Amino acid sequence: MTMTSATPAVLDRAADVLAVDGLSVRLGGRDVLRDVGFRIGAGEFVGLIGSNGAGKTTLLKVILGLVAPTAGTVSVCGQPRAARKGLVGYVPQKIQLDPDMPVRARDLVGLGLDGHRFGLPLPGRGKRQQVDEMLRAVDAERFADERVGNLSGGEQQRVMIAHALISSPRLLLLDEPLANLDLRSAQEIIALLARVCAQRGVSVLISAHEMNPLLPVMDSVVYLAGGRAASGTTAEVVRSEVLSELYGHHVDVIRVHGRILVVAGTGDGLDIPAESGAAACSPTSGQSPAAGESVASGYPLGELGEQVGHGQSLSHEPPPEPVPGALPGAQGDPS
Amino acid sequence: MTWLLHLLFAPGFFSSAPVRLALLTGGVAALVSGAVGAFTVLRGQSYAGHALADISVTGGSGSYLLGISPLLGFAGTGVLAAGVMDMIGIRRPRGRDLATGIVRGAGLGIAALLLYWDTTHTAAAGAAVTILFGSMFTLSPTVVPLVIACGAVALAIVVVLYRPLLLSSVSADLAAARGIRVRAVGLACLLAIALAVSLSALTVGTILSTALLVGPAAIALRITRRPGLATVTAALIGVAVTWVGIVLAYDSFTWPPQHDGWPVSFFVVALTFTGYLLAQLTGRRPDRGRGSARRAAGRPGGQSAREPAPLAAATPGTSAPAGR
Repeated sequence: MTMTSATPAVLDRAADVLAVDGLSVRLGGRDVLRDVGFRIGAGEFVGLIGSNGAGKTTLLKVILGLVAPTAGTVSVCGQPRAARKGLVGYVPQKIQLDPDMPVRARDLVGLGLDGHRFGLPLPGRGKRQQVDEMLRAVDAERFADERVGNLSGGEQQRVMIAHALISSPRLLLLDEPLANLDLRSAQEIIALLARVCAQRGVSVLISAHEMNPLLPVMDSVVYLAGGRAASGTTAEVVRSEVLSELYGHHVDVIRVHGRILVVAGTGDGLDIPAESGAAACSPTSGQSPAAGESVASGYPLGELGEQVGHGQSLSHEPPPEPVPGALPGAQGDPS
Repeated sequence: MTWLLHLLFAPGFFSSAPVRLALLTGGVAALVSGAVGAFTVLRGQSYAGHALADISVTGGSGSYLLGISPLLGFAGTGVLAAGVMDMIGIRRPRGRDLATGIVRGAGLGIAALLLYWDTTHTAAAGAAVTILFGSMFTLSPTVVPLVIACGAVALAIVVVLYRPLLLSSVSADLAAARGIRVRAVGLACLLAIALAVSLSALTVGTILSTALLVGPAAIALRITRRPGLATVTAALIGVAVTWVGIVLAYDSFTWPPQHDGWPVSFFVVALTFTGYLLAQLTGRRPDRGRGSARRAAGRPGGQSAREPAPLAAATPGTSAPAGR
């Protein structure tokens, strides 16, 4: 895909970074995942989309090796249960960081390098350089010496990403990193992820209940619903036929100004997303980010408006701030 | 000069054998409690530490019946209770208080029985006071090797597991993703807490040992920004309040009302609490100044930004798609 053409030829496309086959997980008597299978190539940026409770976190934990599957296999770079070999980086869901905790951003990033080792950490110039370099890569230098608990949500996400990437993994898993971020912070984080992971040749699997913010950078999508998954490009997967099959009832996929709205239900009024801020973020006339084959990613969009289930999925989101005139600058010229 | 010295240290302070023993055992107990306490507070296990202290009353009161060193009793029950608490489920946020509460209740129930026997069936009539409020000036010198052994084991746990403990204290998920065995690390930490509390129970008493565990650590976490520095600072504060407490207690032999001295434990806890109040009131939170300065400089960070700043300026990653 797009990434492989931009990354060095050493990354063999044939060798998948992640291969998930026939994966089923049963937890507490409930089928959380049923026969899930997909692959992620080197340097690919993949969105893991599904509403709350669709099994996104469970799938990520199985890939990490923290939850054992009932059936099926997961292999990272051809190796089973690879988390301990440092091949997988992980940014967990909503971590509560206590402001009273005497841990600086720098300390947390350093723990990404050697947090699993025994004994006291000895200060070394090599390690300090590595940490500084990583902090610079995620633009976190200016708050490197502050307590992580005092940082804003977006700043904490940068630190978590640096923590996950400093050990040079091949695959980065992020669990809802955009939740609780305002629109602009979310866009910053996505742009940062795409840039840093492309530079380092790291594949990304990022979970979200909202796919629109990811459209500009996503190479393909794994869509989870009812414990089952469909994967491919957004054009292949996010279609009424595919999602209706996945959900087990009729689902409409509506593309409006390059945004994708997934609307489920019978049209009783609850289904219409009331997305007040969306209008402020009109799509730019920017070109496709090289992924021209995807209809959806033909527009580098900011804002969102996916509705899955019965009108509940966006209710907790704060209304995004209008950012007049800022989007063209933010999106840049993607091509 | 000597006048001042005499005012601070009453005559005979340095030549007194009980004082020297108190300085040694009290110092070791405070050092270990401070260092372990930093992680106790960091992990939000202050209540577990408090419960382990309460439970060690059981072992302490049993030790009088068995005729063994109280420290063995404290440490034995503490370690056992730590294991039971881990088994019941101290790792789960909701199971934590329940596990702690159940084990604590059971331990104190047995302690009530044993203390009753102590006071009625043995000659140790003062056992209850000694167990509850400590006995720094009446310790037997034979306890020293055991004190040092317990302290060494607890410190070794903190030193060896320093980084895995720190990471799993920040987030169990992050630690597990790194391949750290979060449960084993948590159990080891609980054992270190049990040992630290036992040592403090010997010196300042079971009731007050939590104060020495949590107090210096709370001060240190308040005034430092680095985890390593916080741990060392907590240990040093612990030693300082203990030694100053011993000095004051020795001086207090000339104080009213009865001219037979005030208990060391009182001074230690009073000093700790004063220190904590000072740390709170002076409000020297290491980040506060920097954070507000950063905001004032018009560099709002992600979530907290109130007014929308020009996106281009705040998005260093804007060129990202271009690279792809």
